[in-house]
Amino acid sequence: MYKLHFDENICKKCPTGDCLIKCQYLDIEKNQVKDEMVKIAQGKDSFVLEQCVTCYGCEEYCRRGNHPFYLITEKRDEKGILTSPRAITKQWINIGEPRGKYQLGEIKEKILSFGFMPEFLDMVKGKLFEDLMPSYVFGQEFFCNVVYLHFANTQIIKQRLPMVVENFRKLGVEEVVFMHDECYGAFSSLAPAYGIEVPFKPIHYFEYLYQRLKDLASDIKPLNINVAYQRPCSSRLSPDKHRYVPKIMNLIGANLVEREYQDENALCCGGIFAMDYGYSLAHDVQEKNLEDMVAHGAEYCVFNCPACQNTLGEKVRKRGLKPIHMVDLCRMALGETPKMEE
Amino acid sequence: MKDILNRLAEIVGEEHVSNQPEEIFYYARDPGLMPPHNPDYVVLPRTSEQVQKIVLLAKEEKIPLVPMGAGMALTGLIIPLKGGIVIDMKRMNRILEVNEKARYAIVEGGTSQGALKAYLEKHYPRLRHSVPDAPATATIAANVVIHGQGRLTQQYGFNSDMVSGLEVVLPSGKICKIGSSSLSSAWFSKGAPLPDLSGLFLGWFGTTGIITKVALKLYPRKRFRDVDVFVTDSEELVPEMVYELTHTEMAEDINVFSQPLPMIFKDNHHITIFITGDTDEELEFKRKMIWDALDPYIKSKDGGFMGVPPTMKPTFLDMPQRSVSRFADVKKGGGFEYSGPIILVEKYPQCTGKIRELASKYDLAYSAMARIIGRGHCMMFGFAFTFNRSDPGMMERTRKALSEVSEFVLEMGGVFWKPTVDEQKMALNKMDPNTLSILRMIKENLDPYGIMNPGNWEVA
Ligand SMILES: Cc1cc2nc3c(=O)[nH]c(=O)nc-3n(C[C@H](O)[C@H](O)[C@H](O)COP(=O)(O)OP(=O)(O)OC[C@H]3O[C@@H](n4cnc5c(N)ncnc54)[C@H](O)[C@@H]3O)c2cc1C
Repeated sequence: MYKLHFDENICKKCPTGDCLIKCQYLDIEKNQVKDEMVKIAQGKDSFVLEQCVTCYGCEEYCRRGNHPFYLITEKRDEKGILTSPRAITKQWINIGEPRGKYQLGEIKEKILSFGFMPEFLDMVKGKLFEDLMPSYVFGQEFFCNVVYLHFANTQIIKQRLPMVVENFRKLGVEEVVFMHDECYGAFSSLAPAYGIEVPFKPIHYFEYLYQRLKDLASDIKPLNINVAYQRPCSSRLSPDKHRYVPKIMNLIGANLVEREYQDENALCCGGIFAMDYGYSLAHDVQEKNLEDMVAHGAEYCVFNCPACQNTLGEKVRKRGLKPIHMVDLCRMALGETPKMEE
Repeated sequence: MKDILNRLAEIVGEEHVSNQPEEIFYYARDPGLMPPHNPDYVVLPRTSEQVQKIVLLAKEEKIPLVPMGAGMALTGLIIPLKGGIVIDMKRMNRILEVNEKARYAIVEGGTSQGALKAYLEKHYPRLRHSVPDAPATATIAANVVIHGQGRLTQQYGFNSDMVSGLEVVLPSGKICKIGSSSLSSAWFSKGAPLPDLSGLFLGWFGTTGIITKVALKLYPRKRFRDVDVFVTDSEELVPEMVYELTHTEMAEDINVFSQPLPMIFKDNHHITIFITGDTDEELEFKRKMIWDALDPYIKSKDGGFMGVPPTMKPTFLDMPQRSVSRFADVKKGGGFEYSGPIILVEKYPQCTGKIRELASKYDLAYSAMARIIGRGHCMMFGFAFTFNRSDPGMMERTRKALSEVSEFVLEMGGVFWKPTVDEQKMALNKMDPNTLSILRMIKENLDPYGIMNPGNWEVA
């Protein structure tokens, strides 16, 4: 069975305790952090295991290459500490079960992976993707299963992720552009952390978009709009790719408003919070987030994750902002009609 | 025979009467499992007076008469078990009056659910009626005749509780008004403060008279409507969850369903909670009350609200919910029947256990769907099976499964809803003999020749 590489000595020597100190949802003193993380690593009980709301943030806050969130998840799973109502977990596990209903485009050495997000089937088109489409995969067989971190279920990840890796291997692809952070994080962060070998080069779609936009620079008409960016939880698994957000915005002439809840300080969309913890947490976080967007003059709310867009899209619209996915925003800058206006 | 056809043609016009094989074939059956039986004639009247004349003719000739709406009740209630004349009510489809301030509508006896819904949306956007999930062609009169339930049933009871007046052609041929309309031009009550005579017709499947007009209560239609779906894997907790929900009095409608496919629905029970509001604030207030009511179950991890993606919402919010009709054809071949007893909500776990047992025993595709009636006063629990009509083996297995359901329902203290003829017999057998004798008195007095939808509610 795959084992998480986690080194408690790194925590013991940590001067900052950033992983938990920076957490927006946990109330913890700096001098407690080390003890709690070590307790968790040693399989002991910790209030963190009870109270973590699975925002993934600590994977980014830890700058020392340890994997605090994976550890928390692993230990919760071992101890049977449920984050989510059983029915919700079952529902998600059932949805992700491979059923032989995947879709393959015309597979080349480099492909796009939509994971199991049907939104991309409609969205990924136009000049930006001319290079690759229709070289794509979609379906449960190519779904990274990382979302089960939210449900403290690493067993299902360890069971299914190697099968997904195998499915990619069978395609014989060399490079895979992942349209979702969670999938990218699965192959660039989680798989290595568990010692699962990845037989291709994972590419984050931001990197791909950025390169394509540079290639198509002469076609870009600056958008001249103020946008707020809704950073998803899974972006914490590959924080180095987050830096593409301002770079892409620059290229397409979108002004990223300087707001409180962005970058490291980003807030969860609330989708998982609502399912796992009910009304108040989700509602409070969403209200803070939306008010922040409005207060800073954003006209658009740009989503990276379709699930965040599903959760917040309508609420954003009710506040007078237009919800739009990053891909659509870039297509708009190229004079194409984004999906929301089709 | 020719004579009857001609006399019917004299009443309704030649083009609205038939004894041709293609029509006879069609009117001999419904989409359910009951064996077909041919009528001798089919007639489509346009007015109450035409209905009256048809009834007088049938009475004179002692010919059975079977009123029919859209034939969607599925349990064979419009199959002319003893032949005779099927009166298809579809041409009597006029919306006669909407009293906006008193919130009621008067419609003819063949008006469809879809027609009234569309009419109100266009002309009275602040009013609505309790739309059932039956196909939109289903008629309002038939729906109240079988004590149907719709979107407003959790708030206001059976759709028949929302009737505020009737016009009925009695088997004697008399046209009779029921409720306030019997002495006033206003159709605001089906009974109170008078003796409530609507019970002589509602629930009787056309065996005591033919409804030619129905007044139906209308209710406020709010600008926004939304849905939340609470999922739990503990069927034994569903009754108390429903109790908490109904206590809030915030929901428009509460349904519970469980089915093995698609995968998103496997292993769980889904409490679908609809809310309405004129403003976002109203909607959000109701949502919070509802979520808070179920919060203890979220905390104990016994249930949670699923994220309903925007692409899925229209399926839930559809009125009628077309997914029900889609389920009806999952096995292809268009066979669908459900037994939908009215039963206490506390029996939910036993009912879901039973449907799973039967589906596995008879190798059938199933869906369990319950609609809460009133503030948890009872529920309609649908044991729904879908089958391929060209597969006699599958039809037989479905028949057996449904017959086991019938036994089970009585054991559980439930009451059949729109029972088949066999279930009607079981119900009459089990009924208090004194109650039965009242039914007999009513039936014998109203329909002394037994010509009205014979075979159904045969108490005499
Ligand atoms: C997919 C599907 C979903 C359904 N969902 C629902 C639901 O959510 N709620 C619900 O209540 N039902 C539901 N039903 C059951 C049924 O379709 C409805 O109750 C419908 O309203 C019945 O109307 P109908 O016109 O088809 O009745 P019919 O089947 O034509 O008639 C039913 C009975 O009423 C009698 N009748 C008809 N017209 C008159 C009249 N004018 N005077 C006297 N007697 C008359 C008939 O003789 C018969 O006994 C569903 C059915 C299907 C197929």
